[in-house]
Amino acid sequence: MPDQDERHDSPESEGSDGEAGSDQKPSKGFSRRQFIKGTGLAVSASVFATEGLLKAAAPDQAGAGVEGPGAVKVQLRINGQLRQLQVEPRVTLLDALRNRLDMTGAKKVCDRASCGACTVILDGRPVYSCTVLAIDAQGKSIETIEGLAPKGTLHPVSQAFVDNDAQQCGFCTPGFVMAVKAYLDKHPHPTADEVKASLNGNLCRCGTYMGVRQAVLEAATKMTRKGGRA
Amino acid sequence: MADLQWPPAANRHLIGKSISRIDGPWKSSGTAKYSYDMNPPGLLYAKMVTSPYAHAKITAIDTSAAEHAPGVHAVHLFTAVGKEVTCEGQEVAAVAADTEEQAEDAARLVRVEYDELPYLVADTDPTHAGAGNFRQNSEETQGNPTQGFQQAEVVSEGEYGLPVITHCCMESHGSVAQWDGDKLNVWLSTQNVSGQGGEYAQGLSNAGINFSASNLHVDCQVMGGGFGSKFSADTWGVAAAVLAKKAGRPVKLMLDRNVELLVAGCRPSMHGKIRVGAKRDGTLVAWESQSWGTGGVRGFGVPPIPYIFDIPNYSRTHANVLTNIGAARAWRAPNHPQMCYLTMTALEDLAAKLGMDPLDFFLKNIALTGERADYYKQELQQAAEMIGWKQKWHPRGDKTPGSIKRGLGLSIHTWGGAGHQGFCRTTIHPDGSVEVATGSQDLGTGTRTVIGIVAAETLGLPLEGVQVEIGDTKYPPDGASGGSSTVGGVTSSTRVAATDALNQLLAKVAPSLGTTPDKLEAAQGQIRVIGDPSKAISWKQACAKMGATPIVAQGQGGSRGPGRALISAGVGGAQMAEVSVDVDTGVVRMEKMVAVQDCGLVIDSKTAESQVFGACIMGTCYALHEEKIMDQQTGTCLNPNMEFYKLGGIDDIGDIVVHFMTDPMYENRGVIGLGEPPVVSPGAAISNAVANAIGVRVPELPMTPDRVLAALGKGGQA
Repeated sequence: MPDQDERHDSPESEGSDGEAGSDQKPSKGFSRRQFIKGTGLAVSASVFATEGLLKAAAPDQAGAGVEGPGAVKVQLRINGQLRQLQVEPRVTLLDALRNRLDMTGAKKVCDRASCGACTVILDGRPVYSCTVLAIDAQGKSIETIEGLAPKGTLHPVSQAFVDNDAQQCGFCTPGFVMAVKAYLDKHPHPTADEVKASLNGNLCRCGTYMGVRQAVLEAATKMTRKGGRA
Repeated sequence: MADLQWPPAANRHLIGKSISRIDGPWKSSGTAKYSYDMNPPGLLYAKMVTSPYAHAKITAIDTSAAEHAPGVHAVHLFTAVGKEVTCEGQEVAAVAADTEEQAEDAARLVRVEYDELPYLVADTDPTHAGAGNFRQNSEETQGNPTQGFQQAEVVSEGEYGLPVITHCCMESHGSVAQWDGDKLNVWLSTQNVSGQGGEYAQGLSNAGINFSASNLHVDCQVMGGGFGSKFSADTWGVAAAVLAKKAGRPVKLMLDRNVELLVAGCRPSMHGKIRVGAKRDGTLVAWESQSWGTGGVRGFGVPPIPYIFDIPNYSRTHANVLTNIGAARAWRAPNHPQMCYLTMTALEDLAAKLGMDPLDFFLKNIALTGERADYYKQELQQAAEMIGWKQKWHPRGDKTPGSIKRGLGLSIHTWGGAGHQGFCRTTIHPDGSVEVATGSQDLGTGTRTVIGIVAAETLGLPLEGVQVEIGDTKYPPDGASGGSSTVGGVTSSTRVAATDALNQLLAKVAPSLGTTPDKLEAAQGQIRVIGDPSKAISWKQACAKMGATPIVAQGQGGSRGPGRALISAGVGGAQMAEVSVDVDTGVVRMEKMVAVQDCGLVIDSKTAESQVFGACIMGTCYALHEEKIMDQQTGTCLNPNMEFYKLGGIDDIGDIVVHFMTDPMYENRGVIGLGEPPVVSPGAAISNAVANAIGVRVPELPMTPDRVLAALGKGGQA
């Protein structure tokens, strides 16, 4: 269950846009997971969800200067490497990765923090990179699927997705893999029910959830070499 | 000589086993490059300008500001002043610029003026449609319906319906286009790699660009879902090529999510008023239905109901309501989920009125399902055993105290699944390596993997002994992936090509083994004498005897090729769902589904099972969540985004158990397509389970809490 020590106060951790793969209760706002669980009864809930999104997307008041609207120099630490680029302040982390750095593992699907296909790990937490500005990701550790395993090898999560056929068209898969990786880093021994309850921030259209559930449990077992919780 | 026919079960080393998809590591490592991921040097990004109106005449277009906006290299018009747009989201113009942000800014500078025209976007009540939008498409009778209803001792009446839903492919529609002189390379997200030449030639010619289809190169190694919506390159596919020509630079044009949901995906709705009658013992005698639905401004086909059950006396009418929404596209098993839902719910309501267990009622009338009656009977009995139907089923209305009610529901379905025509080339190289190539595509179904399995099985090699190449027009053409036709198409063409190649090899090797080719077989990485495994040489040694020129064989697949006996068509399936419904909140949960399916010979049981899992999940989504919500007041779609166009998440799906019918009577039919049939039944099975749980029918899908509460008389329907 949720580890209380995971809570952060940075905007990315407030909930709506940062909850891919985390089962923790947000400290403020409304979590996307709760929102999705309310599928169909979310007429009033949607108002709160939107508020949460706006809050989460608001700039960090402390230390934010006026930037842009023209391109500004941005320095990102991606998979341990410093990358310099010149982008307008409105450019999202996702577009910076895909369009400027040709790192296309994170996918653009909903482009508004609904589906999780763009999930990357920011300072250890899964975030929707379509809803994080590149300039706001400066000074943070950014992990993308390109850095998950040395070239030519598969991370245990990726391997478990192969072995359990947790992918069909595969377009949601890199985001799912990153969400699972971030989740298992914090919850190395999940139960099947915890897995189901904790990965609602990633949507799949082909319907691979049966395989994903198995893959998460199997990856957990292999990564800890102790076996999952009974 | 190697035989074309599939090997008997005892001799299969790969076919039918559980094998991980061969492109899996590529996808789950994030290295697979989709059309959306292609970033050739000098790439421009295109954004579209689309209609905000459901129906309007264009009175003015001014692109001058956009043309002079920073970074812009080309502008394209999809239409012209004086022409009409007939739905919100319809493409009007596209702008290509150095960055995606510049293209967005420039698209906003395109000025389009419209005169609004009358429109219709709602389809739930056909009386709203008016004569201009209401097309009575068919009126049919069989037997004597009047007499039939006189014979009926119990008659059930109801209204049932499903709304328009969309495809919502994770990778939106689009392409990257790049010219190389007269040659056009497109990385197109498509279900029809080999079938694009004519459309590009015509579309480019319309734009004043002289182009020959022989100069088109399509590359689609992976694609992020299609489900029937990506056969055509579409106007935006051609537009990317036109913009690239104008700009002299490659152009990426992928639909924004809202446009994708507005115009690039539509499963037609279907609604119906149904009466159905039976004798007291459950014998079905009469059916009457007036049904209608919408598939946009051009309408769609006529889905005949009752589905599967050929009731001796029926009268049915069907009308298309023409609406100003994005046009219908084939959606996984076109028309079947709608026909199945209207039929199986009406029949289950009748069973309830008869006081019969619907399983007994279906079995009582199973002869009406025709030539596959035995299959359906076996499948229903199999599914019933797996879900514990006899132990768990109760008459309508779970009497358990508390707000959570549980129920069981069932449905049966059918589909064709004949393999399409296509060609495969198998090349055996002197070093023993093997390449199998066809211009097919993998929608996520596992096309590469089944081709590899068939080729390796045929050549007696391990799966990694063959290299599979698809997704490119440089390979022999294959058919479009529609109608569950791919697995039959590619397995038959691959088997034919690989068998031919092998026979050429056997002819070259036979003398060195002191025998004739007809006495040889390929197995376990060897060429050996049948019945005398001691007389064998390794595959590599055998291939070394062919000389410098590789062996090449091309095979034709499908029902007109020499491998026609390898494939077949026509499947059945039965599904049972268990649900829980909270009668205080109206929330429905799919707790468990059992899916029993026949599809002839299964090539890869792992990816086949995934197809059925996926279909049950997709089916649960349209049963409980999905609806394209149209607002007649404004003519707009209220949910063209993924927070309000709802797909279920991992926790919204219960347990799913899949069973394939693989007795020889099924397997001996050969390979039959599987992608579509299992998505047909879930809407009906889940609706029937909800009715069983709460005691009343929720007549419209999706069964959202407001609809469930309305059915229970606990509040107004939104």
